[in-house]
Amino acid sequence: MKTNYLMLHTITRIVSFIILSFSIFLFFAGHNNPGGGFIGGLMTAAALLLLYVSFDIKKIKKVIPFDYSTIIAWGLLIAIGTGLYSMLFGYPYLTQFFEYYTVPIFGEIGLKTALPFDLGIYLVVVAVALLSILTIAEDDT
Amino acid sequence: MNDIILLPVLIPFIVGVILILFKKNIQLQRFVSGLTSLSLVFVSIYMVYLIYQDGIMTVELGNWQAPFGIILVGDLFASIMVTLASIVAVACLFFAFQTLHPDREKYYFYPFYFFLLTGVNGSFLTGDMFNLFVFFEVMLLSSFVLIVMGRTKYQLRESFKYVVISIFGSMFFVIAIALLYSVTGTLNFAHLAERIGEVEQTGVLTVIAILFLIVFGIKGALVPLHFWLPNSYFGPPTAVAALLGGLLTKVGVYSIMRTYTLIFTHNQDFTLNIILILAGLTMFIGVIGAVSKFDFKKILAIHIISQVGYMIMGLGIFTQMAIAGAIYIIAHNMIVKTALFLYCGATEKVTGTTDLKKMSGLLKTHPQLGWLFFIAAISLAGIPPLSGFFAKFALVLGGLDAGNYFIVFVSLVVGLLTLFSMVKIFMYVFWGSPSLTPEQAKERKVGKLLLPGIPLIIISFLMGILAEPLFILLFEAADQMLDPSIYINSVLKE
Repeated sequence: MKTNYLMLHTITRIVSFIILSFSIFLFFAGHNNPGGGFIGGLMTAAALLLLYVSFDIKKIKKVIPFDYSTIIAWGLLIAIGTGLYSMLFGYPYLTQFFEYYTVPIFGEIGLKTALPFDLGIYLVVVAVALLSILTIAEDDT
Repeated sequence: MNDIILLPVLIPFIVGVILILFKKNIQLQRFVSGLTSLSLVFVSIYMVYLIYQDGIMTVELGNWQAPFGIILVGDLFASIMVTLASIVAVACLFFAFQTLHPDREKYYFYPFYFFLLTGVNGSFLTGDMFNLFVFFEVMLLSSFVLIVMGRTKYQLRESFKYVVISIFGSMFFVIAIALLYSVTGTLNFAHLAERIGEVEQTGVLTVIAILFLIVFGIKGALVPLHFWLPNSYFGPPTAVAALLGGLLTKVGVYSIMRTYTLIFTHNQDFTLNIILILAGLTMFIGVIGAVSKFDFKKILAIHIISQVGYMIMGLGIFTQMAIAGAIYIIAHNMIVKTALFLYCGATEKVTGTTDLKKMSGLLKTHPQLGWLFFIAAISLAGIPPLSGFFAKFALVLGGLDAGNYFIVFVSLVVGLLTLFSMVKIFMYVFWGSPSLTPEQAKERKVGKLLLPGIPLIIISFLMGILAEPLFILLFEAADQMLDPSIYINSVLKE
């Protein structure tokens, strides 16, 4: 008998979208408030994982055709690179710079060099979480 | 210019990450990693030179001032250790090129090789307790991967034990750090050294000191915390075993020496006595284990334990001569033990076994291998003019000056037993009638396999010949360690 996953699929489509957008909110909220690359990354991984669970691994692999191990490498490179950037100007490794700008719609926002660093962490966390879980899952089949 | 002490941590990290991107292209990976490891040697030697000229260097990461931010500190001891680690890493890497199975190379061998170096160099250079923990974890996680790579049943079983004991050690580490923080309110080495004198309840501090000794003792394989070492180093391929044997235990020893010279100086009558007792036990039980085994690789692995005893003995005596001797024996041991491991790997390649009883007569079929091994072996046992002699000489002299006659006696007996076990290997493997038929011997050449070990033998020889100028450098390093105020002043800039 073929199981009908209609309910699961419909809800997943909505819920994963909500989780994804909240994870991006958390990612940008970071630094001075709770949030940041690690938490945002974990939550993104949770959303993607929900997709993997409710549809199946092969189908989602067509949708997200990235090799997670290269994403880990790129994430690490971005994070290290952010630290190196400050050395170009004679400051110690990992020094942070920030500036406040007023942008239409958003009002005053702070731009920090910690953001690309967090982006690196975000990529690493998403990729590590998914890679380890998928590796174990694929072992089973 | 101070940024140079970042390089030994940053270079391997960045290169390791980049190598992940080229996981398919093994030739490129080999080329890049060979070049990087060689450049690390030059960077670290230059670093030693600069620190010898200008004194201790510090880098405050993120531009946060010393007691609050993360800092890296390069003093002579740390930079000498970084140099040695890079030399060992080069030798093992070039040996791995020739012996490693291509499957292992494809599964991120080189990236993890460099992550391991990142952790090791970071542990040497870090200036606070918590980052020591972080770099320990970096190092241990990479070593887990390297030790289990290849997935033989034996490897999986033994590395499981290794993982459990390491995680147990890390747990203790965090607890000890938390206790230390609750007592002193800081984790920066220099700040700790300053505040430890002001703490009134020294009883708690002694407990914390012993807790750290247990943590580092697990990593450094001190008796009675050594039991995981022989089997877990027996499983992986020789290049990996040589690397781990050369580096990991020394990081534990380094941490003991760093914390006990800089921070836990409050109750030395008690702590140094414990260290001396452990040193004696470690030396003796380690060498007894080596004498009893009949397996090439296992004897070498167990010898690591007995040699750790010597290093700790130098710390326990706690005079300038003894500390300098301890650093010298760490250097000697890293170099010579790696060379021995590499020749053990070459022998295994030729005979297909590491069991001493199954091989003989290699001196007739492979004379170069035999004599190179012989030089490394007598250097380990301490025959002049090779480096082992001066290492033990300095320790014995330091011990006699300080009046620690018993530990000196133990160390001399252990030296004799070391010679005995090395001679045993030499007799079984190289003497007697050849176990290989002439055709087999012709077929199984070792030529290029011997090359990575030769620079190590030359270094051991030079360390012996140039012992006097080398000891001037080491006395300077020992002075820096014995007078914490130099370290405190250069970090906190008061």
